[in-house]
Amino acid sequence: MDLLLSALEILMRWDVALALLTGSVGGVLIGAIPGVGPAVAIAILLPATFSMDPIVGLTVLLGIYGSSMYGGSIPAILINTPGTAVNALTTYDGYPMTARGEPRRALSLAYSSSFFGGIFSVICLILFAPVLARIAPMFGSREIFLAALLGIILVVVAHRGQALMAGALAAFGIFLQTIGLEPVKYSQRYTFDQPFLQGGINLIVVVLGLFALSQAFVLLTSEDEKIRTTRLSGGSLFQGMRELTRHPRIASVSAGFGVIMGMIPGVGEFTAQFMSYTYAQRTSKRPEDFGRGSSEGLIAAETANNAVPAAAMVPLLALGIPGEALTAMMLSVFYVHNVVPGPGLFQNDMDFVVALYIALLILNLLVLAFLLVATKSLIQVVKIPNRFLGVCILTLSFVGVYSLRNSATDCVLAAVFGVLGYILKRLSLPAVPIILGMVLGGIMEVKLRAGMARVKTPLDMIDRPVSFILFLIIVLVLVTHVRRLWLDRRDLKEAEWLSNHRSTSFGRLLLRRKSSFLMERGKVQRARRLKWYRRLMDLF
Amino acid sequence: MATERERRFAGPRRGQILFALGFVALSVLLLTQIGSQTRWAERTAFFSQPRFWPAVGLGGMVLLGGLHLKRLPWRRFTTADRAELRRWASVLEYAVWFLVYVLLVPLLGYLPVTLIFVPLLAWRMGYRSRFMMVVSLVFAVAVVVLFKSFLGVKIPGGAVYEYLPGGLRSFFILNL
Repeated sequence: MDLLLSALEILMRWDVALALLTGSVGGVLIGAIPGVGPAVAIAILLPATFSMDPIVGLTVLLGIYGSSMYGGSIPAILINTPGTAVNALTTYDGYPMTARGEPRRALSLAYSSSFFGGIFSVICLILFAPVLARIAPMFGSREIFLAALLGIILVVVAHRGQALMAGALAAFGIFLQTIGLEPVKYSQRYTFDQPFLQGGINLIVVVLGLFALSQAFVLLTSEDEKIRTTRLSGGSLFQGMRELTRHPRIASVSAGFGVIMGMIPGVGEFTAQFMSYTYAQRTSKRPEDFGRGSSEGLIAAETANNAVPAAAMVPLLALGIPGEALTAMMLSVFYVHNVVPGPGLFQNDMDFVVALYIALLILNLLVLAFLLVATKSLIQVVKIPNRFLGVCILTLSFVGVYSLRNSATDCVLAAVFGVLGYILKRLSLPAVPIILGMVLGGIMEVKLRAGMARVKTPLDMIDRPVSFILFLIIVLVLVTHVRRLWLDRRDLKEAEWLSNHRSTSFGRLLLRRKSSFLMERGKVQRARRLKWYRRLMDLF
Repeated sequence: MATERERRFAGPRRGQILFALGFVALSVLLLTQIGSQTRWAERTAFFSQPRFWPAVGLGGMVLLGGLHLKRLPWRRFTTADRAELRRWASVLEYAVWFLVYVLLVPLLGYLPVTLIFVPLLAWRMGYRSRFMMVVSLVFAVAVVVLFKSFLGVKIPGGAVYEYLPGGLRSFFILNL
């Protein structure tokens, strides 16, 4: 109870209230505009939050993260275009509902499911916090190193079909964070005697380039789409809650998936949504409706994705390990204020952690209230033309990069990373491994050095229960990945054999002919044929 | 006709080989510089060497990038690759717009440059109606007021503000 009161005391400030309001409304607006997304907004606002108190800055960023998915469901349902990437599954059942004249019902259901997912995860985590506080101190340097390594491996293997390039980009991130003056031996690493590289490459410069500037370039080089918005009709905006109560099993299981997947680094919303959608479809009495405007499908997708943001804060707060790009950006807010997230935070500043969770709880209430009142006006933001949006993002990116150190060199670097991000987007390659490589690479370097100083042999790294469990998980993930690769390869070979009717390789064809000639049966066959040929010739 | 391997490739074909080749070439180039750009410290454990983590990063880039290049289902450049390269080059124009904006702010000041930059770029993008010009100007003013005046982000005043009279000068430097 004392903990709750002291947490509330942290939140009882006008600037926190303003941050909550700004974060929630801003997040919904950003989510509702297709092509912006929370990553762009957080990247731009990040340097602006450095001058605020940690709780205020984090509340704004958490607000944007948590509420953007609410807003993202609006274009997903009304114009079949997801506002944020994680709302893609919402279009499957949301848009068919709009097409059959029930946009208001679909929106209401999406809001209610998102609200349930958000509240469910925050309550789970508040209840789970004491357990976390007990587990977190068991994480020393070795365990945090292994957890960070696990995070990188999970991020890489999560990109199915692109794991090699995702791994190479994560390695690029690890390399980027090593550039500059090495803090222990004070030696230069890859500075090429350039003064601007001696301080290293700033994470925020890379983030702004890869997320904000690249998105501006994408929008500036794209065509404006003609958007026809639908008039809101079919049901009331308040009926969603009633409908949600008819599917408590799907809602709670989906929220559970969101919480668990959110806590695992590198997994996140997509896997949670996929699992809950599949579960809902398998257990539904009307699975044929999925993808054609099923309320259960919409509930599964929206509940799962909104349960993730609160859960994603767990590895960040408890271990100081971000599991995805948005929490990686938030980590820099902690560092700027000399608040080191990790086991110490749970032991010494538990009220701060609980305050963050309560802020998320209030945020969900604010967002729901705002959406119920302002949905009609919000639909208009969808109509902002793409290229003009690109102009806006380019202008705002300047604030993000330049306000950091007033350095033109940072802006040049951000522009370079912007072009790189644009190329990655064009090739459908992920930029997130670069960011996580930078953040987790830095953590791994420090923790491995500290951990190895306390052990005699590398095997001693896993002689403690938590480190051994983490090591086993790493081995399990790698074995599972290799097995999946092997199965994919086998599947590919089978498909190739089915689609090929003749030899694909001329060299192999010749080899087969040669073997046939040299085999005993081949010799007998030829001799017999030769005998028949002679007999035939004898006739003439 | 596309082969099974090409059909199963995640992502478009255009530009893949260019990017993979460029990435591996850069990685190899950086890895060859590891001897001169990092130091091997005496009496220091292997894992604490300043060279260890750059080697991990660059080694991973060369190895995984190389494997990615080897497993690409294509081996030749096509006209689509050349067109994609031109498309990548086309964004350099906007990068230059951005950098010119960056260079002009410390000279002319944040508000004046933003008031010129946003409508000019909007004009370049084809939004030439009076309505869009007004929207551009309102957006420019809103950004400056929100970030510099309200949130107080650190953007220095323009050099031309020095020529303004006393009170106005400090107001402009602090807020605009």
